[in-house]
Amino acid sequence: MSTGVSPGMVYALVGNPNCGKTTLFNALTGLRQKVGNYPGVTIERKEGDCFSQHGVRLKLIDLPGSYSLNARSPDEAILRDVLLGRRSDTPRPQRIICVVDASNLERNLYLFTQVVELGLPVILVLNMVDVAESGGLRIDVPKLSERFGVPVVPMVASRKQGLVELKLAMSRADLPPPRALLDALPVPVRGALVRSREALAAAGVVSGTASPLEPLYLISGNDPTHYGIDAAALAIIRNARAQLEREIPGWEDRMVSARYDAIMAAMDEVLHRPATASATLTDRIDGLLLHRVWGWLALGGMLAFLFYLIFSAVEIPMNAIEDSFRWLSGKITSWMAPGDFRDLLTDGVISGVSGVLIFLPQILLLFFFIGLMEDTGYMARVAFLMDRIMSRVGLNGKSFLPILSSHACAVPGVMSARSIESPRDRLITILVAPLAACSARLPVYLLLIAAMVPTGAVPPLFKAGMMLGLYASGILAAFGFAWLFSSRILPGKPSPLILELPGYKMPAFSSILRQMWSRAWMFIRRAGTVIMGLSILLWAASTYPKLPTPAGQEPDKSAALAHSMAGRLGHFIEPVLRPMGADWKIGVGLVSSFAAREVFVSSMSVIYSVEEQDGDDDDTLRGRLRDRLRDEKRPDGSPVYTPALCVSLMIFFVFAMQCLSTIAVVRRETNSWKWALFQLAFMTGTGYLLAVAAWQTAQFLGL
Amino acid sequence: MEAGTSAVIRTLPEGLPSLARLREMGLLPGTRLTFVRRAPLGDPLEFMVRGALLSLRGTEASLITVEVQP
Repeated sequence: MSTGVSPGMVYALVGNPNCGKTTLFNALTGLRQKVGNYPGVTIERKEGDCFSQHGVRLKLIDLPGSYSLNARSPDEAILRDVLLGRRSDTPRPQRIICVVDASNLERNLYLFTQVVELGLPVILVLNMVDVAESGGLRIDVPKLSERFGVPVVPMVASRKQGLVELKLAMSRADLPPPRALLDALPVPVRGALVRSREALAAAGVVSGTASPLEPLYLISGNDPTHYGIDAAALAIIRNARAQLEREIPGWEDRMVSARYDAIMAAMDEVLHRPATASATLTDRIDGLLLHRVWGWLALGGMLAFLFYLIFSAVEIPMNAIEDSFRWLSGKITSWMAPGDFRDLLTDGVISGVSGVLIFLPQILLLFFFIGLMEDTGYMARVAFLMDRIMSRVGLNGKSFLPILSSHACAVPGVMSARSIESPRDRLITILVAPLAACSARLPVYLLLIAAMVPTGAVPPLFKAGMMLGLYASGILAAFGFAWLFSSRILPGKPSPLILELPGYKMPAFSSILRQMWSRAWMFIRRAGTVIMGLSILLWAASTYPKLPTPAGQEPDKSAALAHSMAGRLGHFIEPVLRPMGADWKIGVGLVSSFAAREVFVSSMSVIYSVEEQDGDDDDTLRGRLRDRLRDEKRPDGSPVYTPALCVSLMIFFVFAMQCLSTIAVVRRETNSWKWALFQLAFMTGTGYLLAVAAWQTAQFLGL
Repeated sequence: MEAGTSAVIRTLPEGLPSLARLREMGLLPGTRLTFVRRAPLGDPLEFMVRGALLSLRGTEASLITVEVQP
């Protein structure tokens, strides 16, 4: 005899943003979760297994946080479509756990009033009851449960308080469907919905047994995606919408009011508010962090600390990774007989893998900080502070962090643009973020500045100023293109900013670390495979065809490179490079740097036969390469690396898209090759044209 | 409005998509709100509505008429 829940029952977790839904998902599933993407869109899809109080295995789907089922963005459309069982890739949930923030009950219950109308059994979780209690709110749980006809579980998910009670509720075999609040709807709206359901059922878009409210969520709002609905059925939806609009002008607005009226009536019975509201901890912290002086200092200080960690502390693990790969490649060199296969392993595979992993410490650190800022609630404050500046170029405050993160590495920058709801703002942010001077540009800039101005000839401050100028150019370029895209290429109204500033809370480190790792792993898997493949290809291009070497003679690496495909490619593109002042040798460096910018330095060392010696560190190697560059002469005896050439190359590096990881990630995040290739074209095209303009101007002026 | 003053929403234009979401977040005629602060650069504005802190730009906020309450 079994009285418990049947195994394999599918539960969906829904709730407003910042209600602690993900913390609850982690508490329920532990490590038994699968994180992926919904096919066709880049919205995180999280599923996991959990066990009922009696050990029955249940399935749990964590759906995107939303304020409403009237979808206005792709994530909200996913929420709606999964709940309605419209997505072929996700099983329709059989039961729903609706999480609400107990300290903000009225607003959170709005989504709940929509969810109960779907006709599925619902469990209401009152999360963060500790915060509500400390604010003096008292909630009559039995009365709330009676009023809506659903089990209500008070919880503090971050401390796993109430978890057993929730699991007990989930274990019930007889969870009743909730009392739908259909009577909250104005009568004419209800009548119109019943009629449109019939039309949609006849077209096969909804099943004949669907709740009369199912068409409501299909015909309301400015839905961006109607997943799996064909054009004919879409026309029915549009007609139904137009008809409702004609018959009952402002019907959607009236429905919202009706729902809030029902919530307010319930609150009068259930919620006891304190007579006077006292200043909360959040108020006091905001008084400081959003202050016109202290707020900026705090933001600046925090970012300075973050970038200090990225550029100095992270050196240690980065060097360790580099050293261990160097060690491995040394071991392989000594174990294996010389030959192409050995070179393939050391110069192709290992250098490809290490080229990806070398940036992993930075990427992990950035993901950690982004997670920390999101989890504590500070991220929304950064958007609040920066919105004015970002709105000048047609973006919103939420675009600030992705662009800032891109100064370390564009990969986490582009991935963190996911927090921007508006698809248009998100696309523009992704397109311009890689213009920020990422850390892979740094070694190239250092080399070119060193080659351009002799040490001692100018004060060190001059070099620092040049570096600053290069960083500033990146920021200006990002803002300039954002402005151009938002006003010319992707016109359309900038979406209004509606930003909730959630109460501050202590970060849940385990979830931050888990999210950091899952994002980083996604990068390693996706970008890693592409980069590994291309770095093998690049190795082959710079190895074959081989220059015949007389027996017993050391092969001349520089000549071999010139003879290879890469060398020939350098020669082949020389006519294109000449207008920007570059020769075929630089061409080889530029071709190879399309894998990753920092490769430019190492391939220039190969071309100019600057061999690495034992005990070399990066600085001394760069120093010898710099001296070698200064000695390089054109056939007529004039130096190659004139200041004009260095500037032309710097300009190229400021703009050009030379990073396979970023291309792979942009392709993934925009879900199209179109935007990834558009970005490659506009960035590289601008870099080339401006480099040519700089070189030609210098020639004209006789510099 | 000065920081710290409370007001009751009188009217919210109907049929504007940019305001539909605000409505769903509980900004309805008759709802009480408190103006908390302006961002240091002057925009956006922060309000306390139904126990939550919400921020919107002046452009959207100016569409809403309110009656200041003592």
